[in-house]
This record gives sequence, C-alpha cells and structure tokens, in this order.
Amino acid sequence: MILAVVFALGLIIADHRFDHLERVRSLLSVLAYPLHLAVNVPAALVRATRERLTDAAQLRSTNTALSRENLLLKARLQQFESLEAENMRLRDLLGSSFNIGERVLIAEILAVDLTPSRQQVIVNKGTSSGVFVGQPVLDANAVMGQVIRTNPFSSVVLLITDSDHSLPVEVNRNGLRAIAAGSGVGQGLDLLFIPKNADIREGDLLVTSGMGERFPPGYPVARVTTVRQDPDNPFTTVLAEPTARLDRSREVLLVWTLDPHMQQEALTGAEPNQGTTP
Amino acid sequence: MTDAAPRGGWLIFVSLLIALFLTILPMPAAADAFRPQWVALVTLFWCLAIPERFGVFAAFGVGLAVDVVSGSLFGQHALGLSLIAYAAVELHQRIRLFPLWQQALFVWVLLLVERLLNLWVLAATGQPMPFLIYWVPTLFGLLLWPWLFVILNDLGRRAGLV
Repeated sequence: MILAVVFALGLIIADHRFDHLERVRSLLSVLAYPLHLAVNVPAALVRATRERLTDAAQLRSTNTALSRENLLLKARLQQFESLEAENMRLRDLLGSSFNIGERVLIAEILAVDLTPSRQQVIVNKGTSSGVFVGQPVLDANAVMGQVIRTNPFSSVVLLITDSDHSLPVEVNRNGLRAIAAGSGVGQGLDLLFIPKNADIREGDLLVTSGMGERFPPGYPVARVTTVRQDPDNPFTTVLAEPTARLDRSREVLLVWTLDPHMQQEALTGAEPNQGTTP
Repeated sequence: MTDAAPRGGWLIFVSLLIALFLTILPMPAAADAFRPQWVALVTLFWCLAIPERFGVFAAFGVGLAVDVVSGSLFGQHALGLSLIAYAAVELHQRIRLFPLWQQALFVWVLLLVERLLNLWVLAATGQPMPFLIYWVPTLFGLLLWPWLFVILNDLGRRAGLV
C-alpha cells in the first residue's frame, strides 16, 4: 500500500513538474484511442439519426441561409484580397516582412468527456496528419486553443479557457497589448496586468498579437465583457468572453503557418534552435 | 482456490472497461455534475469480493487507466483508488457480513475519501477548485451500490469468481 501511494505521489509530481512523462502518455493514449472512439459512437448515432429525420423544408431553409451567407462572405472576400495586396504593399514600403500564408486542416472533435477540472478536447487528427505539439487550433469564429499532446491518430487540445493556458493578445481598437489567461472555471478569460489608466472598454475585440510566436497574428480571441476597478487589485480587473464557440463547435481548424522559421521552432519545442534564429 | 484463480478474469476486465466507458461518456450538461464514480464503485466491489486476486496494485493500475483515458494528471486517480482499495481489502471480512445498506454507507465513506484525495491533488497542483456540487456524485454512488453489488455478485457467481 505504502509502495503504491509513494509511486502515485511520485507520478503526480513527475507529471506536474517535468514533462518526461509526455512520451509515455502519448504511447498509452494510443491504447486509449479505441475507447475514445467507442465513446464517440452514441453521440455520432444521435447526430446521424437527427440528420436523417430533418425534413425537406428544413433542408431547403438551411440551404437558402447557407447560400446567402456564402454570397455575403464572397463579397467580403473580394474586398479582402485587394486589402491584403494593399497591406503587403504598405508593409513592403515599411520594410517589414509579414507572412500570412497559412494551410489549414479540418479535424473533428470527439464527443468524449475528459476530466472536468481541465478544459481539454480530443480531435481525430494526429501526427500521421502532421499535427504537432503547440499547433494553434481555430474554429470558424476565433482561436480555440493549442495542441498539447499528440499520438498517430488523435491529439489533445488545450482550450484557451484552461487555467494553465494564456496567450498574448492585443486590443483591436488601439493595439494595447495584454496577456489573456484562462480562468479555468466556466468560459472566461482574465486579462492580466492591465494598468489602471489603460484605454480598454467593454465590447473591445481582442485579437492575437503573434508575440508568443505560437499563434498567427490577427485572429480574434475574445470580447471584453467587464472592466472593473477593484480596490484590492493594483491593476484593472478585465474579464473577456471567447468569441470561439468552445463548447459547441464540432469541427475545428488546425493551422500551419507557412513560415519555415516558426514551424521549425514549434516542432523543436522549447529547445533553443541554434543557427536558424537570427 | 489455486485451481479457480485464472477463471473469470474477463469479467473483471469487462466490468472495468464498461466503468471507464461510462466515466468519459458525454452527458447533458445538467446530468454531467451528477456522474457517479463508476470506476471507484467497480474497483471497490472487486476488492471486497475477491481481495486475494484484486488488491491495491490492481486498483493502482485501474487508476492509471483512468488518468490516461480522461486526461487528468498522471497518478491522480491511482492515488485515490489504491488507498480506498487498501481500506476495502483490509476490512473486507467485516464488510461482507454487513447488510447491504450498511455496506453502502461504508462504500459511501470510501467514495468521499477518494474524492477528497482527488481534491487534494487538484489543490496541490494549483488547479481551480470545483464547487460544492463536486461531492454530489458520492451520494449517487451510495444509491447505486446495492444494485451494483447484486448485479456484479450474480455475474461473478456465474463466472465462478465469487
């Protein structure tokens, strides 16, 4: 008994403090994958049945709505292309290089309930599709999180609302930089270390700033919901709500930034990369 | 006993597999907070029924499986499960003589201990504290125990385990 307890405590400490166990864990999670797939079956069945049972009128109305949305998006995209070209031209004038080429892959979230104290989801794409640890994950609206663990068939995504996750953001309105940390309970983000006199208001959109070199810059993250001055807090208390539908999306986008330097760095993880870094 | 030892191992395996399955099965948000500790319940049953075959180290292995499958910290469930398995194995002779409802109360206490140890690990590693509803699943475990005991006991007898 003592042996088991000591062993368990040792494992807890090893897993919490160091990341030597990640390889063991990804090995074992290959074994767990069939179970995850099996758990996904009932939810998939319910979904399939619901799709079967939709009637023609409903399908027609969805179709109309979708084609209307498609038209709107296309119209906006026309403008976007000219804007992108203009942006690149202006950046060329400024002499700063800026790569916005990206490749995405659509993955599906498995309907599996992981431990309630962490905000994680499992997606059905793994290293065999080229997924790597640290890869940003988006949904149709905004940033969702990043990959923290992979095996050949699936990977675990840490959502931005987890208490262990924080990402560099900036206010879209004025470029004020901040760090958005997950609050862990519920679906919220805390903005850390905002000075008392900072220009930030409710309703401000926060976008990724690209400072951490993990997330590509310019993707929406969250919208500020509360700005409050607490007497016991030397900084402004700012709460934000993610614009990604973290609890409802079924499909997510895995993003590869087509910038060899960043990709290389993400692949090698935390190890310093001599030679290629300027 | 040595003759019967290898028999019926599949039943233990299958019951634990089903318990794991139920642990990560997605449920409606309202019901999610009341999910009983399936794995702890099944582990306790085997510890009480066949302590000579299913003991602390088996419980430890089961706990590791829970940690891998549910993505929690390595060893978190292993710690709780091996400790309550120890209590169950030590006291199994007394517990097995209890009427079913008294047994259920004893199991309830062990379920509370398992939750407490989990909470302790969460607190020690700086993860957010759950709300008071965190303790509610133990009550469902208390209500479930008599049914689980009767069903598993019957199955175990048919498989030649108990």
